[in-house]
Amino acid sequence: MSDTLRKGGAPQEIDLDKRPANNRSAVLKSRLTSWDSIILVLTVLVLIVASGTVDNFGTSRNFTFMVLDLLPIILIALPMTMIIVTGEIDLSVASTLGLTSSMMGWLWNQGLSIESIIPLCIVIGAICGVVNGFLITGLGLPSLAVTIGTLALYRGLAFVVLGDGAVADFPWNYTGWVTGTIGGGAVPNVLILIVVLALIFGIVQHATPFGRSLYAIGANAQAAHFSGIRVARTKFWLYVASGAVAGLVGVLWTLRYSSARADNGAGLELAVVAAVLLGGVSIFGGKGSLPGVLAGVVLLTALQNALRLEDVSGQALNIVTGSLLVLSVLLPNITTAVRSNWHRRRLRQAASR
Amino acid sequence: MAEANARPRLEVHDVTKSFGAVAAVQGVSFPLHPGEAHALVGENGAGKSTIVKMLAGVHRPDTGTLRVDGVDVDFAGPADAKAAGIAVIYQEPTLFPDLSVAENIAIGNQPLTRLRQIDRREMTANAERLFQRLGVPLDPSRPARGLSIADQQLVEIAKALSAEARVLIMDEPTAALSAVEVERLFAVVRSLRDEGAAIMFISHRFEEITALCERVTIMRDGKHVATELVAELSVDDMIRRMVGRDLSALFPKQDVEPGEVVLEVEGLSREGVFKDISFSVRSGEIVALAGLVGAGRSEVMQAVFGVDPYDSGTVKVHGRRLRKGLPRAAMAAGMALVPEDRRQQGLVMELSIERNVTLPRARKLARLGLLFGGAEREAALTWTQKLQTKLGRLSDAVGTLSGGNQQKVVLAKWLATGPKLLIVDEPTRGIDVGTKAEVHRLMSSLAADGLAVVMVSSELPEVLGMADRIVVLREGRIAAQLTRAEATEESVMYAAMGQEVSV
Repeated sequence: MSDTLRKGGAPQEIDLDKRPANNRSAVLKSRLTSWDSIILVLTVLVLIVASGTVDNFGTSRNFTFMVLDLLPIILIALPMTMIIVTGEIDLSVASTLGLTSSMMGWLWNQGLSIESIIPLCIVIGAICGVVNGFLITGLGLPSLAVTIGTLALYRGLAFVVLGDGAVADFPWNYTGWVTGTIGGGAVPNVLILIVVLALIFGIVQHATPFGRSLYAIGANAQAAHFSGIRVARTKFWLYVASGAVAGLVGVLWTLRYSSARADNGAGLELAVVAAVLLGGVSIFGGKGSLPGVLAGVVLLTALQNALRLEDVSGQALNIVTGSLLVLSVLLPNITTAVRSNWHRRRLRQAASR
Repeated sequence: MAEANARPRLEVHDVTKSFGAVAAVQGVSFPLHPGEAHALVGENGAGKSTIVKMLAGVHRPDTGTLRVDGVDVDFAGPADAKAAGIAVIYQEPTLFPDLSVAENIAIGNQPLTRLRQIDRREMTANAERLFQRLGVPLDPSRPARGLSIADQQLVEIAKALSAEARVLIMDEPTAALSAVEVERLFAVVRSLRDEGAAIMFISHRFEEITALCERVTIMRDGKHVATELVAELSVDDMIRRMVGRDLSALFPKQDVEPGEVVLEVEGLSREGVFKDISFSVRSGEIVALAGLVGAGRSEVMQAVFGVDPYDSGTVKVHGRRLRKGLPRAAMAAGMALVPEDRRQQGLVMELSIERNVTLPRARKLARLGLLFGGAEREAALTWTQKLQTKLGRLSDAVGTLSGGNQQKVVLAKWLATGPKLLIVDEPTRGIDVGTKAEVHRLMSSLAADGLAVVMVSSELPEVLGMADRIVVLREGRIAAQLTRAEATEESVMYAAMGQEVSV
């Protein structure tokens, strides 16, 4: 099969007429069978089937709700994807969200204006990220342990700030904007935010030198260091970004439910990590893409939404999420095994002919 | 394969294996006879490692068969190969560092007491018996961590013996050994051979092949070239058949008038690693850092490049002092480092060839901070073609390439940055003669174009052939600085080992 490539014994003078065609079809094939595209197809399939079979799924009202439901997961998943690609993890995001939500309530009670509270909350989230980043890159501690620690710490601080009370009297024009839609139609206002942030993170991850370095760091930090990539600094800024986004989501969460509480977003980190892994990002780092992750988030929320509309109980929903996560790890392994077997058999047949 | 001897113990018959578009092995056949050492030689990328992996059960052949004692076998995994009596010893042994030597040997088939507990006494006794048989004084109860590579290989051999392996496959076992250690390994291998084991031995050193092996199989570009008795071939014959052409001079250093000073290292010290290192390199010059393994050569150059820290001293490039510990500053000053360990330091194995080539240069290739595939592919294509890298697609993972081609990718990666000073650390380690000559020719022509080159090398012929000046390190200090005229094999070795230099 590669005789065409080897002819003449001078491989660098490869038969240029033949190669690109070969290449293109091979590239296309590997694109189509990649996990990203499988997830994408699966997501579209779920959306179509659910709109056809589940009552109220395809309505514009439900669409609005679904976007609002996936808002926190999808936004936090943007920096989380980058962090997991570098081979690290941030489990403190939901607690950061809770802490900024509490701080928002407390600051509102102190009489600050909402216009100054919102940027302040994002800064607070970023500071949480700075602490994580310093412990992990400055002191060289493992990110899993550090962020489990700060997961408890930040949530604890949230309760110190606000106790178990709630602050609910936020201005209507802000809460209304978060839950509202563009011109009263089907498209929620927050979708703009999602699209803008996803575009920014997507471009940074997939079309900048910084993004390239993330994959190198995740696959082999030492080789990245030898190539002049500042490994520690890069990771540090990822944690800061993760904290800032969690802070922003804390604000949005508070405004959506018009309620600042210390326990807001509890357990959300698991949904985020699940969506990122479902989207094809390797937990060991070095592999994965943002489009896959976005599809993973949509798939997860759409499935839950559809099942909820069918009156499936919350516990059963967890079963679905869990199985999906296990399948997302299992399926790629099975497909590679099947494919290599098939490839061998074909070659053997060709040889015995 | 019309051999008069007894039936071969293991036979490789018309085996083919390809990875993606690259056919690593095409229709290769050869027998391994009991009581015989069989060398497998070929350039890097000739398919030797693929053969080893098929015999080890790591890869399955696409077509063709493996036969053990005349019976077709199909290894689904390494365990099957092991059960068939095939033991593989890799260049870098794979022991469990925190287990004892005896535990490592017994791993997978520990002797049990009547209560189904592991019988430690029997395990240790067994290890002792094996070491006695091999004639090596190793303590079975010590942990594997801290053993020299040579000793680790002996433990691997003991492990193979305890599993009653009848075929021993050794993939470049001598690459990291000293001459004494090689001799000891050979003594052990010879006695195993005389006991009737079939040995397959892979090495790039022809003197070792003529010293150890009876028969040799030569491969080129994944194809079988010849299987013959070693006694009937000269080294020149072997090289010619491996390469498929005559080799011109192996070390073609051109004479260049050195230009201005590019690199000045003054009083560089790092506690416990190296001390008071001073030398300079001019443009057009190749300066070699010689010395024994562990003399601190790589550490010095890694500190110069900034991947490692140093305590005191200065590094100047073109007269300007370089901040320490910043590879990026070194790169900006025009430095490039091709590191010693290409798997761990030189390349990101999982990433594609194009990404690897453009990794240090991604910022330069970006337009308005954005980077799309086209610019990277173009840059990668230019440089891999300049270095005549053999590859399938630029988007393939770099780990799918052979060792020699991986090294070319590392060179491409750094040459693409347009350096003024190139540091190469063991540039030809584990590389076949053909690629080696290419690398030497490349370095020589780069120097002729005015590049300053620092070469760390353990191979004396390479050092003597390529270098304009030689800095010899011993135990972290400079033992001698020799000019090309002064340097002989003896004078460099004397300096490296701490004897008087009589020049």
